[in-house]
Amino acid sequence: MLDTRQPGRLPGGPGVGYKPQHYAAIIADPDPVEWLEIHAENYMGAGGRPIAQLRHLADRFPISVHGVGLSIGGEAPLDADHLARLKDLVGWLRPASFSEHLAWSTHDSHFLNDLLPLPYTQATLARVCRHIDQVQDVLGRQMLLENPATYLGFDESEMSETDFLAGIAQRTGCGLLLDVNNVFVSATNQRTDPYAYIDAFPLARVGEIHLGGHDVQKDDHGAPLLIDSHGTPVVDPVWALYDHTIARAGARPTLIEWDNDVPDWPVLAAEAARARAVLNRVPA
Amino acid sequence: MSNHAKTFAVASAVAAAFSIHALPAQAQNDMVKCYGVALAGQNDCAAGPGTTCAGTSSVDYQGNSFKLVPAGTCEDMDLPGDRTGSLEPLERDLPA
Amino acid sequence: MIRQAEFARALLDSAQPVPKGLSDPEGRAAGSRFAVYRNNVAVGLTRALETAFPVLRALVGDEFFAAMAGVYLRAHPPGSPLMMFYGAEMPGFLAGFAPVRHLPYLPDIARLELALRESYHAADARPADPEILTGLPPARLMQARLRLAPSVRLIRSSHPVASIWRAHSQPDAPRPSPGAEDALITRPGFDPEVQALPGGGGAFVLALSDGKALADAVAAAEDEDENRDFDLTRSLGALISGRAIVAIET
Repeated sequence: MLDTRQPGRLPGGPGVGYKPQHYAAIIADPDPVEWLEIHAENYMGAGGRPIAQLRHLADRFPISVHGVGLSIGGEAPLDADHLARLKDLVGWLRPASFSEHLAWSTHDSHFLNDLLPLPYTQATLARVCRHIDQVQDVLGRQMLLENPATYLGFDESEMSETDFLAGIAQRTGCGLLLDVNNVFVSATNQRTDPYAYIDAFPLARVGEIHLGGHDVQKDDHGAPLLIDSHGTPVVDPVWALYDHTIARAGARPTLIEWDNDVPDWPVLAAEAARARAVLNRVPA
Repeated sequence: MSNHAKTFAVASAVAAAFSIHALPAQAQNDMVKCYGVALAGQNDCAAGPGTTCAGTSSVDYQGNSFKLVPAGTCEDMDLPGDRTGSLEPLERDLPA
Repeated sequence: MIRQAEFARALLDSAQPVPKGLSDPEGRAAGSRFAVYRNNVAVGLTRALETAFPVLRALVGDEFFAAMAGVYLRAHPPGSPLMMFYGAEMPGFLAGFAPVRHLPYLPDIARLELALRESYHAADARPADPEILTGLPPARLMQARLRLAPSVRLIRSSHPVASIWRAHSQPDAPRPSPGAEDALITRPGFDPEVQALPGGGGAFVLALSDGKALADAVAAAEDEDENRDFDLTRSLGALISGRAIVAIET
C-alpha cells in the first residue's frame, strides 16, 4: 500500500487524447491544451515514428499514460510481460500520470480488446486491490483507476460502484479517474441518477476527469441504451453533469477523448476550450 | 573466374553501389518533419471505446456458414492459380 | 457466480447462451445488452485486421475480408494487448482457408504486410559510414560482415509479392506478372519501403543477415541465381538506399 499522496501531477486545465494525425496541428497550435494523453499499448514498439513523435511531444507537454490492456479486473494474475513493458514505458517517458480501467480484457492469454464488466463483490474488490498493489509496486508510483461504462448488471453484485471504487482507493492508495461520460452512460443504462453517483463519488481522490461522446441505441424492450463510443462531441447533458462535478470537486485536469471518426484539430480544440471555460469558473 | 579476378569484381561492384546510391543525407530537421506524416502502420484502435450495436449480427460469421467468395482486385491480378505451387509458408524470412 | 471463462466463451461464440446472472435494470435477462460486448470485441478486432492488412483486404474485397476476419478472430484471438502486432497467424490461416485456396499468393501478401508493421515499429539504428567499406583493401573487403538494421525484413516468395503489393499501394504501378520475387523491406526514415530484389538478391541478403562474410554472401547468391549473373551492385544498392547497413565488421 502506497501513501495517499495528492493524486496526479497533471496541469489543472484541459488535455486531449493524442492522435497521430494531429501531430503537425498540435505543434503549430498548442495553446488549446495543457497536456496530452496517450494509450500505453500504442507506444510499446521498439522505435520508429510512434516513439519519435512521443519523445518530441513529451518535451513540450506533460503526458498522461492511459493503459487499455492490463486487465486489472481479470481473474488471472496480471500479465508479467505486459507489466514489464509498462514499466519500461513509464521509466523512460516519466509521464505526469498513469491510469488504467476498472475492467478485464484478458482471459486464458487471449486479449479480447474490450473493457469488460465486473461484479461488485468483496471477492472482486480483494482481487482488484491485489492487482493495483502489484502495479503500484512495480511502477513505483500511484496509479489512477477509471470508472467503466456498463451496459448490464451482475445479479451477484453486493455494493454500488461508488462504494466499490471508494473501497479500492482506500485500501490501495490509488487515485481515481472520473469519466463523466461513463457516469452518464452507465446511469442511463442502469436507470440510476448520475447526479447521485457524482455526489456519492470520493471526489477528493479524483486526479483526472474524462469527457467523451456516446451513441444512443435501444435495448430489447425499447429502453435507451447508451454506448460509450468516443466518436462524437460531448453532449449537453454530460457537460451539465461535468459542471456539477467541477462545482463540487474544484478544478481537475480534464481530458477530451475522441478515438473514432477523429475530427480535425480545431473541433477537438473547441471541445477543450469548453472544458477550460468550466474549469475557469472555480478555483483550482 | 580466378579468386583475384573475383575479388576485383566484387570490389568494383561495391564501389559502384556506393557511388550510385550515395547515402541520402538525412538531417535532424528532416527527421523532425517526418514526425508529422500520417501514420501508415500504427494501430490506434485501442480497447475501450465501444462500437454500436448495429453490426452485431452482420459480423457474426461462423466458419461453417461461410458462403462468400473473394470479390476484390484478386480477380484482376491475372496471375495463374498456381495449384501445383506449395502453399506452405516459406520459412526463410529474416528473423524478427 | 459468473466466471470470466464463461463470459469470454459467450463473447466469441454467439451460439453460446448469454451467461445467467446478467440483467437489465428491471431484472430481466441482459439480452442485447450482452451483444454490445460481443459486438465491441468482434468489430474492434475486425478493424484492427483491416488496419493491418490493407492490401489483403483490397485483394479479396471489403465484404469478404470482414467475413473472413470474423472467422479469423475467433480462431486466433490476440495473444497480447499490443494490437499493432495482431494478425501474426494470418499467413497460416489463409493457407488453410478453403474459400481462398485458388489464390495461393495471399499468405505471402499477409507475410509482407506483417513484416511492414514489424519494420515500422522496429528499433531505430543509424546507417554505417560507407567509407569504411570502400576504403578496405580488397582481401579484407571480401571478409567484411555487414550488420543490417532491426527494421530490415526479407519476404521470399514463389509469387510476385512485391509487385502485387506495389500495384495496390502506388497509383500507377504496373500490373504484376507471374514469377517468384524476393521482397526487401527497409526503413530509410520512419516509413518502410518495399523493393523487389534481383535474382540471387534474396540469398545475398539472407546470408548477410546470418552473419556471413561478403564473399560467402556473394557465393550464396551466385549459387541460387539460375542465370549466374547476380547483380551485386543492385542488391547492395537496395540496402544502401534503404539505410539498412548499420555496421561493417572487418
